[in-house]
Amino acid sequence: MKLIILNDYDQASEWAAKYIRNKILMFEPGPDRYFTLGLPTGGTPLGCYKKLIEYYKTGEISFQYVKTFNMDEYVGIPRDHPESYHSFMWNNFFKHIDIKAENTHILDGNVADLQTECEAFEEKITAAGGIELFVGGIGPDGHIAFNEPGSSLVSRTRVKTLAKDTIVANARFFDGDLSKVPTMALTVGVGTVMDAKEVMILITGSHKAFALYKAIEEGVNHMWTVSAFQQHPQTVFVCDEDATLELRVKTVKYFKGMMHVHNKLVERPPSVPKKN
Amino acid sequence: MPSNKSVSDAPISQFINCRILRDHCLQREDLWVRDGKILDPEKLFFDEHGYADKCVDCEGSIIAPGFIDVQINGGYGIDFSQACDDAGSGVSLVAKKILEHGVTSFCPTLVTSPPHVYHKVLPQVKVHDGGAHGAGVLGFHLEGPFISLEKKGAHPEQFLRTFSSGGFRDLMETYGGLDSVAMVTLAPELDGSQSVIRDLCQKGITVSLGHSVANMSQAEEAVQHGASFITHLFNAMLPFHHRDPGIVGLLTSDQVPAGRTVYYGMIADGIHTNPAALRIAHRAHPSGLVLVTDAITAMGLPPGRHTLGQQVIEIQGLHAYVAGTKTLSGSIATMDMCVRHFKHASGCSVEEALEAASLHPAQLLGLSHRKGNLDFGSDADLVLLDETLNVKATFISGEEVWRK
Repeated sequence: MKLIILNDYDQASEWAAKYIRNKILMFEPGPDRYFTLGLPTGGTPLGCYKKLIEYYKTGEISFQYVKTFNMDEYVGIPRDHPESYHSFMWNNFFKHIDIKAENTHILDGNVADLQTECEAFEEKITAAGGIELFVGGIGPDGHIAFNEPGSSLVSRTRVKTLAKDTIVANARFFDGDLSKVPTMALTVGVGTVMDAKEVMILITGSHKAFALYKAIEEGVNHMWTVSAFQQHPQTVFVCDEDATLELRVKTVKYFKGMMHVHNKLVERPPSVPKKN
Repeated sequence: MPSNKSVSDAPISQFINCRILRDHCLQREDLWVRDGKILDPEKLFFDEHGYADKCVDCEGSIIAPGFIDVQINGGYGIDFSQACDDAGSGVSLVAKKILEHGVTSFCPTLVTSPPHVYHKVLPQVKVHDGGAHGAGVLGFHLEGPFISLEKKGAHPEQFLRTFSSGGFRDLMETYGGLDSVAMVTLAPELDGSQSVIRDLCQKGITVSLGHSVANMSQAEEAVQHGASFITHLFNAMLPFHHRDPGIVGLLTSDQVPAGRTVYYGMIADGIHTNPAALRIAHRAHPSGLVLVTDAITAMGLPPGRHTLGQQVIEIQGLHAYVAGTKTLSGSIATMDMCVRHFKHASGCSVEEALEAASLHPAQLLGLSHRKGNLDFGSDADLVLLDETLNVKATFISGEEVWRK
């Protein structure tokens, strides 16, 4: 595991975006070789998306040969509802870049048969050759995607009933009216994300500090589903100073001491040699 | 590769690098157009997996809905109120020329005229969409002849009429027909006018109050019967009086039925309305302000002397005088000038200035489901402007019809 500690949210966002940029560039995607990227929604990744858009606009990267898979979507709210994750992805990312609609995948929470939709999603990931890099955020209770506390750590994409905490937290997006907040969602499972070749988790803000502590300093525990990634061979946690408030000084010092090494990962790669 | 064919074969244009006027504010958004209508790119993306066939780089322009002029009497030497055999080509000429002012549709306006003029002119011009040939015609605005003798303004007294034969019959006798009529300006204090207002509104024709000595209660009654516009506010009506504010009082009346808005025309050329009066109206009732040019024959002609009909006029700057005098012979303002002047004089936002020339007139005419805004599904009638609201290009149904 790598733990990347940056001063603040903006720096963490930029680091994450550069990391994704480099991953895409080094992969050398092409018409027969798509880079597969798992994507989150929410406030945490916004800054990262902004940076990626900037890299697209300055011509550093293209998403022409990138396929994306989103982590989750609410059940039963219209696709064009401003709080739907379709709307989120469109407004905060897709409409700004050159990705093709056919290469984006978001679970559809309005189909009649939700279970089939979830199974089909897993199949699409498999058909795309698995996920190269899965980017995620977490909730203050340590949930990744909608894998609420107590979710199986080997779960697959499925329908999930939301925890009361999540519903209350989301009410602010639905006129503060609890009855308007969706109570169910479709979400990739912890196992689905674990299958990715590499996982990057973004954690910022002091309200997530306890979750980060649970994620990396305590044992693997299904009550803090993000802790499952301790067993993933290639995970990067990217956080800001605030998120480290509950960590031991020793942990923080150790990882900060490695920053000069880790920062090499986000240096602009020399122009990638073209294959013959 | 062609765009997705599941919904439509028509090519898709994406206007980029622009700020668009949507939901009452300028937003940094691309504008997407297909089949002459504004397209929802999110739907296109998720439902059709479609994308743009063509990008139009707007180089930082503002994109506003095309301007709508509901009161224009002519221009470029054309007087719409002349009974000629080719009234249609006169309207067409002006329609083409006003594209450069950002006007994408308009109501050719006829001032008080004898019946034979209406009978001759009205059948020659049909309501039609705009295009490369010129701005669309939304229907005539007939200003008079059922107006007040005392407030006739420049209208010829001998042709004024009253509703002496019971109302609607007088109207039909005078106009001959209402097929291509969008708006009628009348004086509500004339006997029989209230039933005429009702009849006109039932036929979907907008009724405007003007050239009138109506008191406030007469004006309110007219609104309750369906009138929804005030023709060039302050001009040709009783001046504001605090015990009976007259037609002007409609701006703050509490007798306007719920859900209805009274709109009012403003000639914001800096000459016909004092900027302070413009500010009073705007601050009292911003959502009802409709910019009109009320332009006459001389609009668009170069400075100097011109012979128009029986009259010689002299154009100096924004003023058109009866030659040799200081008597104003009408407005020669263009719509884009009015937008700029209105913004400057009232201190309003860019958004408000643009909506006064687009959204408000569309609402007034009941067209806001397809014109006067950049909502998805609306007609792609667009005006591209620079920061200081000079027109850079005009589009109708998504096609470029004029460029500087």
